[in-house]
Amino acid sequence: MSQSPLPPRALALATRGITKIFGPMRALDDVSVEVPAGSFHALLGENGAGKSTLVKCIMGFYGADEGQVLLDGAPVRIDSPRQAQAQGIGMVYQHFTLVPCLTAAENLVMARAAAPAVINWRQETRGLEEFMDRMPFRVRLDKQVADLSAGEKQKLEILKLLYLDQRFLILDEPTSVMTPSEADEVLTLLRGMAERQEITVLMISHKFREVKAFCDGFTVLRRGRVTGGGDARTASVTEMSRMMIGETELRERAARESRGLPRPRLVLEQVCAEDETGRQVIENLSLTVGAGEVLGIAGVSGNGQAALVEVLAGQRPMSGGRLLADGAPFTPRRADLDRYKVFGLPEEPLRNATVPRMTVAENMAFRSFDKRPLAGRFGILSPARIRAQSRDLIRRYNVRTSSPDALIETLSGGNVQRAVLARELSGNVDVLIVANPCFGLDFASVAEIRAQIMDQRNRGAAVLLISEDLDEILELADRIAVMSEGRLTPAMAVETTSRAEIGRLMGGH
Amino acid sequence: MSQSDLMIVLYAMIGGAIRVSTPFLFVALGECLTEKSGRINLGLEGTLILGAMVGYAVSYNSGSPWLGVLAAGGGGIVMGAAHGWICKLPKVNDIAVGLAFMSLGTGLAFFFGKPYIQPSAPRLQSLPLGGWSQNPQVQQALSVNPLFFVGILLAIALWWGLRNTRAGLTVRMVGDSAASARAMGVNINMVRLLATAAGGFLAGVGGAFLSLSYPGSWSEGLSSGQGLMAVALVIFARWNPLRCVLAALLFGAAGALGPSLQSIGISYGYHFFNAAPYILTLGIMVASARSKSAAKEAPRELSIVK
Repeated sequence: MSQSPLPPRALALATRGITKIFGPMRALDDVSVEVPAGSFHALLGENGAGKSTLVKCIMGFYGADEGQVLLDGAPVRIDSPRQAQAQGIGMVYQHFTLVPCLTAAENLVMARAAAPAVINWRQETRGLEEFMDRMPFRVRLDKQVADLSAGEKQKLEILKLLYLDQRFLILDEPTSVMTPSEADEVLTLLRGMAERQEITVLMISHKFREVKAFCDGFTVLRRGRVTGGGDARTASVTEMSRMMIGETELRERAARESRGLPRPRLVLEQVCAEDETGRQVIENLSLTVGAGEVLGIAGVSGNGQAALVEVLAGQRPMSGGRLLADGAPFTPRRADLDRYKVFGLPEEPLRNATVPRMTVAENMAFRSFDKRPLAGRFGILSPARIRAQSRDLIRRYNVRTSSPDALIETLSGGNVQRAVLARELSGNVDVLIVANPCFGLDFASVAEIRAQIMDQRNRGAAVLLISEDLDEILELADRIAVMSEGRLTPAMAVETTSRAEIGRLMGGH
Repeated sequence: MSQSDLMIVLYAMIGGAIRVSTPFLFVALGECLTEKSGRINLGLEGTLILGAMVGYAVSYNSGSPWLGVLAAGGGGIVMGAAHGWICKLPKVNDIAVGLAFMSLGTGLAFFFGKPYIQPSAPRLQSLPLGGWSQNPQVQQALSVNPLFFVGILLAIALWWGLRNTRAGLTVRMVGDSAASARAMGVNINMVRLLATAAGGFLAGVGGAFLSLSYPGSWSEGLSSGQGLMAVALVIFARWNPLRCVLAALLFGAAGALGPSLQSIGISYGYHFFNAAPYILTLGIMVASARSKSAAKEAPRELSIVK
């Protein structure tokens, strides 16, 4: 691995004054970025800052309204990802572009522009093995992509670009599906290749730790404009985050009231669950959440968290184990959810917690529409009272909607989140289950939603917080457990653990 | 039932399995290819009947049954390509279009087939492979139509091609992840159109077997739902062409159950035994809906899987 026979042919790329307008919004405004050959450049910014739009302009998904892209100093015209590929620019997307039913080898061979009409697998496999030997990390060639872990898929995506001889790699948050150690391994190796002038890397990220550890240059985008840049090795994290979020104060750890030993409210005993193909995705998972505490479950996505939330929401059957609420057996059905005052905010609430084509008012009434006071004596619903209640909730929870009668799918992500929170938190809450509550939200909404969760905890609710964002867990949780490959570690008090230890557990060690 | 009666039933079932399975096999291979590309063509029932009628008519008019087989396949290509073309239009559901094509194919066949119900067309000749035996039942059971062997060779070729050729891998890509295939510059609508047309060709050939070999005449009740059962068969075979052969033989044997029992004089429950393939279909649908490995091997773009 020390010797790589790849010739030093890294590409330099620069954008000059790129502007992209979507309707009334300037998604990019005069953006110029300089990425010299052989550098490892970070593109920083909050969600919605324009990072993805910029790289999509470079890749030819969008035509920029103004500005140009220079490759090794010469202007190039790129109208499609195919042309970008032909120029040597390759991108790893956040969603995977591998075909699940094909093996790794089949995916690599078919990615070539001219795959042979009849494939001689013996010869191809030999060629691929030789290629893998030259590569800094490897993936089993004969395995079906559907059976690879998310981290392995990400590695295979990167290998695919190198196999196609792309010398300018754009990585869109490549480490979001990797364990910290996997991420370090891959980034170290890519950095090594960049240092040897074999490739140039442009990485979209919002993890300061990675940017500090692996990148040399960085550019910060905010609301479509470049708000700063420099040398990632010398700039401080505070400087970078100020460029990212402007002059707003950085969040403090949420205020909390401490109390004595909590009473167990929600208990999971040896819970097991399977996916559609019968593979076990949760194995003998046990946990206890007490009144007035937040139990945080950390982990890289795709390790069974989604299945866990589905089990607790009644969307997925358990194949073993049992649930207890307040010491009594509990089935996630409407009657039990009401009796034990269990509420939840699943991830992707538009898909998992709302009916997109129904109005905001109707969606807000899902938990109470058939009960007094919203329903009348014989269970007759009252649209007027449903609307009146939602008007009150919309005001209290600051949901931005044109009217209670707007379809909920017309709301922005943050407002859908607030609408669902309003519905779930408006009554007495004993147990609250939240999954990735702040994913994809802007800074102000994040603070607000975390404050609401903290407020419920302080009022005595048992909160189970499942999140891929370790910072969020460290900010909110009283105790932390880590999920890896469907199993859960014992919970640790947040004071007695460290980021490094959690990271190690996330990798299953 | 005596020992010899049992042998007679057994021979009749084997012979029946080979004869009855051939159209199942062709339709199933066609459907397998189409579904591998991510589309379902329920219209193959109509294609099968149209193929039977076209094959019979061309054989009658030209005097060459093999020309009839080719013409039936040609008719199937037209039907399949039309299905594929309509399905690429936005917001068109392939299952609904398939049902429409089922009726269309049947209707066309009945309309143009009326004059061919009476006349007798030249049939496909079977290969007498039972000459080594003195037993007339064995001779009859082993008088096999060459199309049966063509079908088996096709199944092997399809199985090999889906793993070892660019075209095969492209079909699987399109059927499993249209987004990835599109990102690689594959024209997914064209791939699906071609896969559906090729599937139509095979179903048409299967139809020609019905009218030109076994049962060997053209009538309106010829197919009795075999084209639809073949769709169930593909699910049972988990989209593997080689397993399609085994599944087709199984369906064929089930279909031969009634006639072979009748041949030794058991007419009790004749209609019930004739219904065996349909009962088998139902059982297979129930079993495969519960099968987790079938769910794993299903092409992810299929509208019934999504």
